[in-house]
Amino acid sequence: MSNEEGTNRRDFLKTCVAGSIVLGSSDALAFGKSAKSRVVIAKDAMLRGKDSAIDPTRLSAMLDRAMQAFYGAKDALGPWKRLVRPGQVVGLKINSLVGPAFCTNPILVEVITQRLQQAGIKPYDIVIWDRKNSELEHAGFRLSSVAGRVRCMGSDAIGYEDVPEKYGVASCCLSKILTRTCDVVINVPMLKDHWSAGLSCSLKNMYGVINNPTQCHATGCNPAVADVNMLPTIRKKIIFTVCDATSACYHGGPFYKPEYVWTPDTLIVGSDRVALDSTAVHIIERKRAELGLKTLEAEGRPPLYLATAADAQHLLGTNDPKRISLLEV
Amino acid sequence: MMVRTRLWAVAFIALILAVLIAAGCKHQGAVSALPQSNEVPGWEKTSETRTFTAANLSDYIDGGAEQYLKAGFKGVSTSEYKFQGKIEAVADVYVMSDPNAAKSIFEADPTGTAKSIPLGDAARLFSQSLVFRDGPNLVRIAAYQAGDDTPQNLTQLAQGIEKRLSK
Repeated sequence: MSNEEGTNRRDFLKTCVAGSIVLGSSDALAFGKSAKSRVVIAKDAMLRGKDSAIDPTRLSAMLDRAMQAFYGAKDALGPWKRLVRPGQVVGLKINSLVGPAFCTNPILVEVITQRLQQAGIKPYDIVIWDRKNSELEHAGFRLSSVAGRVRCMGSDAIGYEDVPEKYGVASCCLSKILTRTCDVVINVPMLKDHWSAGLSCSLKNMYGVINNPTQCHATGCNPAVADVNMLPTIRKKIIFTVCDATSACYHGGPFYKPEYVWTPDTLIVGSDRVALDSTAVHIIERKRAELGLKTLEAEGRPPLYLATAADAQHLLGTNDPKRISLLEV
Repeated sequence: MMVRTRLWAVAFIALILAVLIAAGCKHQGAVSALPQSNEVPGWEKTSETRTFTAANLSDYIDGGAEQYLKAGFKGVSTSEYKFQGKIEAVADVYVMSDPNAAKSIFEADPTGTAKSIPLGDAARLFSQSLVFRDGPNLVRIAAYQAGDDTPQNLTQLAQGIEKRLSK
């Protein structure tokens, strides 16, 4: 596995523009002082039809645009072929916590599974997963473990490891879907305000991987979010993030409060989860400012875990805007 | 001396039982605050009522339980509804420790585009949701779909809940 990841990284580094190195895995920053983490924001003002339903074709095109911009690829499959290899079991860690109206969009998940299959991943080697079977079903995903089809399952059905992995304040038993089923995982979170942590996006989505998220919410989830992301299996296997910001909430998260939901019609992609989240939080802050709401900091809930994740002890990525190469497509 | 000790023990156990029964009744109140199908015209109750206590609130609102627990939380009951087969919604009835606890949660959120409506002690109606507090109860109804009639339909469901709470 590590060889394959290493190959991915090498292949990718060859194609990267000098000075904007982006890694196939977002763990420890292995780049020099001049390197930058790339984050791509793709938007489509015409994403929705008259009934405000998402047009799958446009969403698919938006994802392709984002991925191609990230990898500097000429065709839609290039990025996926660099990201995964046939024979690997690829997990898609979604966010289905609060039900059908506010979860990772099933159309986006479907588009990703199509691209993975086109890149040579067998349907059964794709695993859509989250915490619970009941949450996945409620959110509109069909559970499956049938041979020949894309799998979809909750960690509660498969179980958690008996022995915890530990880092800092995090001592967590990880989902066996992460530890045993998947070789690599693409993180597919949503963009949400979080009433105590400030932001729930790619780093916070890892709370859906552990057995004890409730114990990791003290002090605005800081340093717990950073520490959870330092757990060895999470660092090793989470290789990329496609953040679904087609719908997002600027207040009241992580729950479904429709009064605070809006539709940025945006995808954010990247391999540095700290850089991605540091970019994503500005989208929420801009919306709050537009509506005359206080900043997250003024409300006493800035996402402090971003700085922790970037510090010298964690080195999970960068939260320094000068070290983030932001592309909007 | 021994008889006296026993009497105290019996009295203590009786007191504990009374408190537990009272708490149970209170929680039962939250359960029964959710209207049955067509009790409010057009609204069908489409799921079993689920209840959560302080011990397992995080199973329902993981990541947000702390906010309610800090304010003073006793229990929540929730059920899904559907209006005339079109609008789906979820209704939550939170029972807080006292009216101030319900008020603190209610007022923690910005009013935004809400319309104030006469319901309970205070109520906010949005295009796709309705929140009101009534004594120690905090009620939240969120629709999954938007529609011109959604606010009016949500209001009717909320009135059904208020009616049950006042019994």
